Amino acid sequence: MDKQVIVSPSPHVHSGESTSRLMFNVVLALMPAFAVSLYYFGVGALIVTLLAVGSCVIFEYLIQKFLMKGNPTITDGSAIVTGLLLAFNVPSNLPWHIVVIGSLVAIGVAKMSFGGLGSNPFNPALVGRVFMLISFPVQMTSWPLPVASRLQYLDAVTGPTPLAILKEGLKNGETISQMGDKIPSHMQMFMGLMGGSLGEIAAFALLIGFAWLLFTKVITWHIPVSIFTTIAVFTGILWMINPETNADPIFHLLTGGVMIGAIFMATDYVTSPMNPVGMWIFGIGIGLLTVIIRVWGAYPEGVSFAILIMNAFVPLLNRYVKPKRFGEEVKRNG
Amino acid sequence: MLKTFSKGGVHPPENKISAGKSIEILPLPQKVSIPVSQHIGAPATVLVVKGDKVKVGQVIAQSAGFVSANIHSSVSGTVESIDAVLDSTGYKRQAVTITVEGDEWIENIDRSTDLKKDIQLNAQDIIKRINESGIVGLGGATFPSHVKLSVPAGKKAEVLIINGVECEPYLTSDHRLMLEKGHEMMVGIQILMRALNVEKALIGIENNKPDAIKYLKSIVGEYKGVEVHSLKVKYPQGGEKQLIKALINREVPSGGLPIDIGAVVHNVGTAFAVYEAVQKNKPLFERVVTVTGKNLPKTANYMVRIGTSVAELIAAAGGLPEDTGKVVNGGPMMGKALTSTDVPVTKGTSGIIVFQSKESKRKADSVCIRCGKCVSVCPMGLEPYLLNRLSQRMMFENMEPEHVLDCMECGSCSFECPANLPLLDYIRLGKAEVNKIIRARKN
Repeated sequence: MDKQVIVSPSPHVHSGESTSRLMFNVVLALMPAFAVSLYYFGVGALIVTLLAVGSCVIFEYLIQKFLMKGNPTITDGSAIVTGLLLAFNVPSNLPWHIVVIGSLVAIGVAKMSFGGLGSNPFNPALVGRVFMLISFPVQMTSWPLPVASRLQYLDAVTGPTPLAILKEGLKNGETISQMGDKIPSHMQMFMGLMGGSLGEIAAFALLIGFAWLLFTKVITWHIPVSIFTTIAVFTGILWMINPETNADPIFHLLTGGVMIGAIFMATDYVTSPMNPVGMWIFGIGIGLLTVIIRVWGAYPEGVSFAILIMNAFVPLLNRYVKPKRFGEEVKRNG
Repeated sequence: MLKTFSKGGVHPPENKISAGKSIEILPLPQKVSIPVSQHIGAPATVLVVKGDKVKVGQVIAQSAGFVSANIHSSVSGTVESIDAVLDSTGYKRQAVTITVEGDEWIENIDRSTDLKKDIQLNAQDIIKRINESGIVGLGGATFPSHVKLSVPAGKKAEVLIINGVECEPYLTSDHRLMLEKGHEMMVGIQILMRALNVEKALIGIENNKPDAIKYLKSIVGEYKGVEVHSLKVKYPQGGEKQLIKALINREVPSGGLPIDIGAVVHNVGTAFAVYEAVQKNKPLFERVVTVTGKNLPKTANYMVRIGTSVAELIAAAGGLPEDTGKVVNGGPMMGKALTSTDVPVTKGTSGIIVFQSKESKRKADSVCIRCGKCVSVCPMGLEPYLLNRLSQRMMFENMEPEHVLDCMECGSCSFECPANLPLLDYIRLGKAEVNKIIRARKN
């Protein structure tokens, strides 16, 4: 044969799937929520999001180039996803310097110090968020009201989140029926008409994103569904015991970061288990911890902490929870 | 709902370009090189010497043990040399090279094309004939067929499974055989059923071959105990264990054989070869080979004499295109890239695929993002990402408890990996090392 040919082991074909394509689909899946947030929070949402994405990408580039002295891999798109998720988890009136500090912690501390993409044990965006929440508690818990302040950034009109209303009310000895109109209706919450972080409020938009992630096979249903189910069952039991001091399961699913947390944060590849059984345990753990923090903890909202705590268990889950091997338990005449 | 196997699997683009091409008889070559090791097991012992005159169908190398197979001459002519010849594995192996003179067959072969339905031989004689005829698994694994038919004491065959899945993209040789030699194949299946003493045979075919399913369903009524099953398309359904799971929902135990759960699997090509051996006295010296590729001038399914050079097949298909990046022997998922086209077609050659340059190169790999896709596509329920890391770190003793030997090298993990990691390359290395460890332990 006079031609030069390539000789390599099989397989000789590839699906064409790539890290950047997966990340691009996550970005696409976040777009409905971003559109809603632009509609509700206007200029503030735009500034915070662009700032977070920009700083995450720039920090990753600089750290990789000058500290790790490797080839920058920002083209894989993971820094863009981290930036978007970070922005979606903060109020739209967050001062710019806090956004930049949060991005530095997310990328610099939570991601690159462990070796970059694929090596970080904790979800970078959540580490950034929790860092900001603990360091800047006042700015991180002043929630602009949707629609009311589309043209304001730092001077937006603010109000409490439904979970904060609930926690505050219960502390003052009110029952849920006495709180009445202060708590938005389920429909309002589903549409995102409530105080909250700029990307977490609109359940319907996040669910569209979920459908896209499932359709493009970026994620499987296991983690989000196990989280939703656990939260619904757990809060459902509490609600049936006493509906006056415990909110109903739908309230719990639609408020705080449950939707964005379960769909986008807990499903982060690097920090979630590798097989379905592990995913179920991980999801149930997140659901239980979220409800425990919300009902008995000091914070009104617990998804971020719950995910970070369960992130710590992922290496153990991967080590001890094995997929069912073919031919492991043999069924005769099965 | 169509049947399929439950765990893992991928959907590579089918690219069955040559599906519509009838089987053509490739003109006789001027010379053939017939390797003595075309099967799993001991290489056959050469019976001829340089200068001997041989006829088509004559035994030129004799089976050297129970797991071995006879090798027959595929042409008539003079033995030119018995020497090491480069074969499709990339290594030089012993082969008998024969210069072709005419086309004279040994006398007892029935060369008529009449369908011979009634089976005269009993089970024992059938297995003996199959053994003598050098028949091996023609799906590509080339395991000697008589071994599969000799059920070990204490085990019982309950069902015969016939593999017409052809789940590898591009390949169409089994598809054409089912369409054109349906009756012969069915008789072959009945012969195999008699040899195994089973009442039931199930033919599994993926539903991307609707014409073959329709045709076989139309004739299957004439053959007692045979059923045709249409299966959902999913790679690697042609894997023995996956096909059994899909058809009878039983799992072959880890490290076990199909007979452990009462099943015996044979390929449709093997069933046809069995028909020819038992009913027509014709040993295995030719087979159907698909020659295909996106920019090949012509794609075809050729009936080829064993030992014909791959270069001849490609020449018949219009020659290698200017833009050739890789030539693969077998399917794109499990086939071997050839180092040269000057290698002989063997009993296991189901197809030759010519890839363009742009299809041939692997993309650069990046880091593992722990997406778990390799775990979800693995049909054996293994964790390729973990095996890959253990192998890279040379922690081979840790690979055995992770069931690395269950890996059948189907390539689904590497196919799906978004980071383009060469997962299977490292798993193969790990398997070889684990096998070494096991051998050392036995000694």
